[in-house]
Amino acid sequence: MNSMPVTEADLHAYVDGVLSEARHEEIAAYLASHPEELARVNAYRAQNEGLRHLFSPVLDEPVPAGIAAGITADMADGVAHRHGLHTRIAASVLIALAGGIIGWILHGATTPAGMVAQGGRLTGERPVQVAALAHEAAVAHLVYTPDARRPVEIGADQEEQLVKWLTKRTGADMHPPKLGKLGYELVGGRLLPGDSGKPDAQFMYQDADGRRLTLYVSTDQEANRDTGFRFARQGEVNVFYWIDGRFGYALSGGIDKGELARIADTVYDQLNRR
Amino acid sequence: MQEDREHLIACIPRLRRYARALVGDRSAADDLVQDTVERGWRKLSTWRRGSDMRAWLFGIMHNLHVDQRRRHAMPTDVFDEAHEPMADAQHEKVLEMRDLESALRMLPAEQREILLLVALEEMPYAEVAATLNLPIGTVMSRLARARQKLRAQMEGRPMTSPLKVVK
Repeated sequence: MNSMPVTEADLHAYVDGVLSEARHEEIAAYLASHPEELARVNAYRAQNEGLRHLFSPVLDEPVPAGIAAGITADMADGVAHRHGLHTRIAASVLIALAGGIIGWILHGATTPAGMVAQGGRLTGERPVQVAALAHEAAVAHLVYTPDARRPVEIGADQEEQLVKWLTKRTGADMHPPKLGKLGYELVGGRLLPGDSGKPDAQFMYQDADGRRLTLYVSTDQEANRDTGFRFARQGEVNVFYWIDGRFGYALSGGIDKGELARIADTVYDQLNRR
Repeated sequence: MQEDREHLIACIPRLRRYARALVGDRSAADDLVQDTVERGWRKLSTWRRGSDMRAWLFGIMHNLHVDQRRRHAMPTDVFDEAHEPMADAQHEKVLEMRDLESALRMLPAEQREILLLVALEEMPYAEVAATLNLPIGTVMSRLARARQKLRAQMEGRPMTSPLKVVK
């Protein structure tokens, strides 16, 4: 291979998923024959994931009132409100707990404050509902992927039955994409209550290391315009989601954003080839 | 103006996450965010409309944090005992995360902030350089050192020199 020499900066860009696809492949090939560097890259990726795991819950905390209190038209009381901020933080912990419970009850009726949506302008029609799709998918991912005993209702060993059942219940063709080439095998699927009363479907995939992805499919997105890929994150779950006609799709996983994006590309391709 | 205000408020959760990771202590982190938000609001006229407000705010926070570090000869980094409980996390994972956090605290602040902008904020390297007003080469070398040190801490082994050019 007559490619550019591999530099330290390349390895970091590889860790952070910011290389071009071609360069990414070159570095991957290089790492395949350099186990020590591979171990280092894996350790750095684990650092990234660990840091997000540690600190991303902060995004879901309610913001203490004192923080934004100063940005009113009047800045004259800039010092006064600092006092008491810490008591308000203590109170905010209680509010966070209550908020979590209420969030469950509302179940996607609003865009949660901690949901970070990126990519694609959120100025389109009904952005709240579009983001709600990502939120519901992320919650469903968090609820069912850790379930060791019964992560799915019907397993991949009965795929034909699974497809028939989901298709009948959702009223739409529900063939799960094949992701085996990317290292993810279908575990199975389940039905979930959708917003409009129509059920949504969730497919679960797993790689050799037991890491799980879920593809959430909603069939009641008529009200929303088609979107390109959008990205959102909830806690440590990354979500790529898009609307296509009456379908809404959301691919969720606790894996690297770049890796998830590549899988989302494949899912999108397969769904569009039908 | 109202739109700018909302834009600024929308940046607060990410400023808080970054500050928490940078400073460690919850209340000190929120104080830093509050100072950043207030200064940003006062200096809004210096923000180039259409540019990334988030990066601009991170720049302000960086400067405030540098000032703070200068003022206190002692490091202000304190452990926050009142951690959010990590539900369902296995014990080992919890210990690993604790190690990671203490290793993060031991990094020099100028390395820590770069690692956090890259890892938490997923900021492009060039944007990190612009936000911190540093040459890109400095950003890359500090990032490399931060990751190397963190790994050495986590694995309890001495540091080896990073890769320069190979192949």
